[in-house]
Amino acid sequence: MIEGAKWRRWVYFYIPLGIFIVWLLFPFYWMLVTSVRPDRELYRPWMAPNYAPFWTTHPTLVHIIDLLTQTLFIRWMANTLFIAIVSTLISLFCGLLAGYALSRLKFPFAGMLGTGIFITYLVPQTLLFIPLANIIRNFNLGDTPWALILTYPTFLIPFCTWLLMGYFKAIPRELEECARIDGATRWKAMLYVIFPIAVPGILSAGIFAFTLSWNEFIYALVFLSSAHEKTVSVGVTSELVRGDVFYWGQLMAGALLGSIPVAFIYSFFVEYYVAGLTGSVKG
Amino acid sequence: MARVVIRNLNKSYNEVHAVKGVNLEIRDREFMVLVGPSGCGKTTTLRMVAGLESITSGDIVIGETVVNELPPMDRDIAMVFQNYALYPHMSVYDNMAFGLKMRKFARPEIDRRVREAADILGIENLLNRKPRQLSGGQRQRVALGRAIVRHPQVFLFDEPLSNLDAKLRVQMRVELKKIHDRLGTTAIYVTHDQIEAMTLGDRVVVMKDGVVQQVGEPLDLYNEPANRFVAGFLGSPAMNFATVALTDVAGATHALGEGLQLALPPQIGERLRSHIGQQVTLGIRPEDLRVESGEAANGLSFGAVVEVVERLGSEILLDVKVGSGTMVAAVEPTVQAKVRDHLRLALNPERLHFFDCRSEAAI
Ligand SMILES: Nc1ncnc2c1ncn2[C@@H]1O[C@H](COP(=O)(O)OP(=O)(O)OP(=O)(O)O)[C@@H](O)[C@H]1O
Ligand SMILES: [Mg+2]
Repeated sequence: MIEGAKWRRWVYFYIPLGIFIVWLLFPFYWMLVTSVRPDRELYRPWMAPNYAPFWTTHPTLVHIIDLLTQTLFIRWMANTLFIAIVSTLISLFCGLLAGYALSRLKFPFAGMLGTGIFITYLVPQTLLFIPLANIIRNFNLGDTPWALILTYPTFLIPFCTWLLMGYFKAIPRELEECARIDGATRWKAMLYVIFPIAVPGILSAGIFAFTLSWNEFIYALVFLSSAHEKTVSVGVTSELVRGDVFYWGQLMAGALLGSIPVAFIYSFFVEYYVAGLTGSVKG
Repeated sequence: MARVVIRNLNKSYNEVHAVKGVNLEIRDREFMVLVGPSGCGKTTTLRMVAGLESITSGDIVIGETVVNELPPMDRDIAMVFQNYALYPHMSVYDNMAFGLKMRKFARPEIDRRVREAADILGIENLLNRKPRQLSGGQRQRVALGRAIVRHPQVFLFDEPLSNLDAKLRVQMRVELKKIHDRLGTTAIYVTHDQIEAMTLGDRVVVMKDGVVQQVGEPLDLYNEPANRFVAGFLGSPAMNFATVALTDVAGATHALGEGLQLALPPQIGERLRSHIGQQVTLGIRPEDLRVESGEAANGLSFGAVVEVVERLGSEILLDVKVGSGTMVAAVEPTVQAKVRDHLRLALNPERLHFFDCRSEAAI
């Protein structure tokens, strides 16, 4: 905390923090206002008399109801959830084992392998989707959830591996050595000692991976074509923008509802998540 | 309970030769302390006994088994680490029970052993706490408890007390000694603290640069160090060293050095005969010096100028200048000495140590 006079606290702490929070949350607020704003207000010119751009006097649930009943939004949510959960689980499993191996086992080229994995993470998806599209087609996976479930780990596994590797490295080696003297095999030491301690790291890797796959756009756009297979990010933007007509109300309602699961997960695990990022293991 | 035999043990990390040809026999029920300066290979040796580090060459025998290739879990040892290495996500009880659970002990037996160990260590009331809710000393006890419950053949300790404050360290040292007396388990204890080594060890191994310098009972090491390193390492304040030339004056051996002119008694002269005419290192323990009023009759005293007076209560440490060198004398608290006083210090010829200048071995 900042010491000293009250005004100092305001000038150096509360006011900057307030500005920052407003800056961060404004888009969400805008999303909320737009999604409950009736159409006749939405399409009114900015400078019209009596126009209140930052709030509405006649909130309506029309857009949200439309979104849920007239579009495949619920189906998209289900698709996204399924894809995000399965690809997160796959990536977390691989990332756990790879991260553990890279941080703890001595084998030739371990260091190089670690760097190599990191480099694959740096290859932009905007380049990678072209060859991947080819592969997806050859395996006849196009337009199925599996196209995404199997491609998301290409960036999620490196990500999880690196995050967890860092986390495992921060766990004192003696803990595991002690477990092995105590009679645990390497597997058991990993299962009963290392993983439980790494729970914050594992959770934050999982949350991150989940968020990344939930928000992923380009692979979903390329690999899925039929409306009922789409994910939220692609469904909302492709089905609610018809030609040059933007259904702003439904678009924003979709964006709002689409961010709820992620926001929910974050707020639920925020403590673990911060602990995971700052990598604190208390002995 | 078992003896541990280490034969010709070597360990190299790429270019670093950390442990060089160590031979040791730790007897059944013995408390053996490995002591030496930082980086001398104590931890490496201990970790090889534990099976945490592979052996470059040599043999380690625990009981009757050569354990070179056995994984740590099959060696029937327990280890206490410097940073305690308590499992942070488990309660004290589970920390202690973990090793027994892994070995598939029955629940009542686990409970009995954990409570027995907790009783020995006085931590019954902490069993439900998590390690982070414990003080340093309590964590240390839990770490000990985790070793005790296993009833292993050998205890291995790697500087277990070095994270504790001075007072607690003394207290735990005493307690450790009591526990060992009670359980009688063979123990190998690594420390860089020579006081810990002297007080705890049934026998002490002094190591330097991966080589064993001397093995023996603490007082034997103290009184008859095998070389200059052991002499200087054990004892606080450390032994005083001076280079002297040995000469034969009319059949009596004299030691001449900076501000020193000592006429040595015949039996000591006899021991030094082969080094007459050479330079040797003279070693005098601070407590073997005493302040002498007037000239000592036997020619075993020398003049000194007081530079610093350290009053410790039970004794006084005098930092004195002898010739151009310095020495420390530990004298009785009744001695009245001030800075810049000229004194005569007398010594006991029986308690003098001589070391070859080149090989540093005791003569
Ligand atoms: N994993 C390692 N790789 C390379 N060299 C090592 C390794 N572990 C130890 N060494 C080296 O081996 C030597 C002995 O180390 P060791 O840890 O046994 O010393 P120590 O006697 O326990 O010292 P301290 O009192 O500081 O703990 C040192 O020179 C050290 O640098
Ligand atoms: Mg060490």
